[in-house]
Amino acid sequence: MTRPGAAVVGVGEIAPRRTTPGVTTLEMIADVSRSAVADAGLSRADIDGLMVGPQVGETPQHVPATVAEYLGLEPTFADIVDLGGASGAGMLWRAAAAIDAGMCSTVLCVLGNTRDPQVVPRSPNRNPIREFDVPYGASGANQAYAMVAQAHMAQFGTTEQQLAQVPVKQRANAMLNPDAVFHGKQITTNDVLQSPLVMSPLHLLDVVMPCGGGAAFVVTSAARAVDTRHRPVHLRGAGEKVTHRALSQAPQLTTSPLAPAIADAYRAAGVRASDLDLLSLYDCYSIVVAVTLEDAGVCAKGESGPWLEEADISIDGPLPINPHGGQLACGQADLAGGMTHILEAVHQLRGTADGRQVPGAETALVTGNGATLSEEVALVLSGAAA
Amino acid sequence: MTAETTATMPKPRITSTERTSAFWEAASQGTLLLQRCGQCNHMQHYARPMCVACWSPNVSWEAAAGTGVIWTFTVVGMPGHPAWRPDTPYVLAIVELDEGPRLMTNIVDCRPDDIAVGQRVVLRPTLQPDTNQTILTFALASNE
Repeated sequence: MTRPGAAVVGVGEIAPRRTTPGVTTLEMIADVSRSAVADAGLSRADIDGLMVGPQVGETPQHVPATVAEYLGLEPTFADIVDLGGASGAGMLWRAAAAIDAGMCSTVLCVLGNTRDPQVVPRSPNRNPIREFDVPYGASGANQAYAMVAQAHMAQFGTTEQQLAQVPVKQRANAMLNPDAVFHGKQITTNDVLQSPLVMSPLHLLDVVMPCGGGAAFVVTSAARAVDTRHRPVHLRGAGEKVTHRALSQAPQLTTSPLAPAIADAYRAAGVRASDLDLLSLYDCYSIVVAVTLEDAGVCAKGESGPWLEEADISIDGPLPINPHGGQLACGQADLAGGMTHILEAVHQLRGTADGRQVPGAETALVTGNGATLSEEVALVLSGAAA
Repeated sequence: MTAETTATMPKPRITSTERTSAFWEAASQGTLLLQRCGQCNHMQHYARPMCVACWSPNVSWEAAAGTGVIWTFTVVGMPGHPAWRPDTPYVLAIVELDEGPRLMTNIVDCRPDDIAVGQRVVLRPTLQPDTNQTILTFALASNE
């Protein structure tokens, strides 16, 4: 699709943790916003655009105004992006488009959430999922991803052992990331297969660990980006596709809406899979990485199982995947979890990935996935401007 | 995985709307209703004020045959809602009806190990004791 000349110039993160006692979501947003703007070498006065996410529980409505007031911002463009795990990626190309359209010049994109394991925020739904899925015991996300995995296994012969390579190899990557919740906790294929069967064929270690935390990045025009602190990371292409909410209404199971979104992002950037130096792939479940590898053309449709068994996805391999360990090793700080895939790509492409730098990384694919392979965003980022 | 109370929590009641109440009334009589478009013949589940294929408002109820295949499934070990904990392991499936539409359901009266993608199934509604409401569950055709 379109390719506005924008770049990510600053990033900030509060590392995911199992619980976040004593802090509010707004406090986390303030913290992480200040670090992202400081990282860019900018100040509060430079920010005239703001993008936030939904906050179930704390601020159900008027989120952009609530956050703007809390941060002391008076943006000329304020918006909310509600694409689940794709919200961060959705923010980046919306920010670029808003800058391109003259709505603002520099956008702060921020997501965060607290977590108390004793409190499960449940939205009072009155929608088709509540009416036609919940009465059968189909609540939450696990069941839908399990059914995608089951379909992939039935159609292509993919095995649980093959899917287990995703958490196993990402945990190994996280040995270089002290901020990961599971830093230093390597696991084996057997550990995954012997962890409780949450919903067949997915085991507990195939599933992301819910956490609290926050993430933010700053986007500005390519022209302004030259005056910032770090090497700017340019948005070279983006694509988005939203097809369903309930899995029963998905057009298909083993190819996700990421396929057209990634194709659009490649086309805009003028790249193909073989041009990529790094994959920063959304990974709430092992099966999501498997399907994404196929939808990105890294391997053929149906062949992600054998591919995952063979692949070296470390920073020393030919095509590193999630050097930070991904959300499966880092923990998922609610919607901020998806944003960490942008942050990791930015660090790698500008050369600030301390202790886990992919040598010479220039071009990365970042994916975001929301609901149940429902709302998908793909980004091609590059250290070089278009 | 959350630390919720393990007390026996009742299953939530079905939340029908004015438009969908006919669907659940038919369900209580053991019938699965779909919508057929009078303009383009498209069949859909669930009920909406228009056809999702051509946006014609000319949609009407039509009883499904109650037969189809398992599009995909999972055997639930750790349910997302605590009210289903006593039911584990149970089979959650998406059935593709012979008319085309798909729906979330349970495969009942089966051994979970016997379930596979592509198996033929037939409608076998279940009266839920918790809610005294009928849900549209299926059984393996081979068990009929």
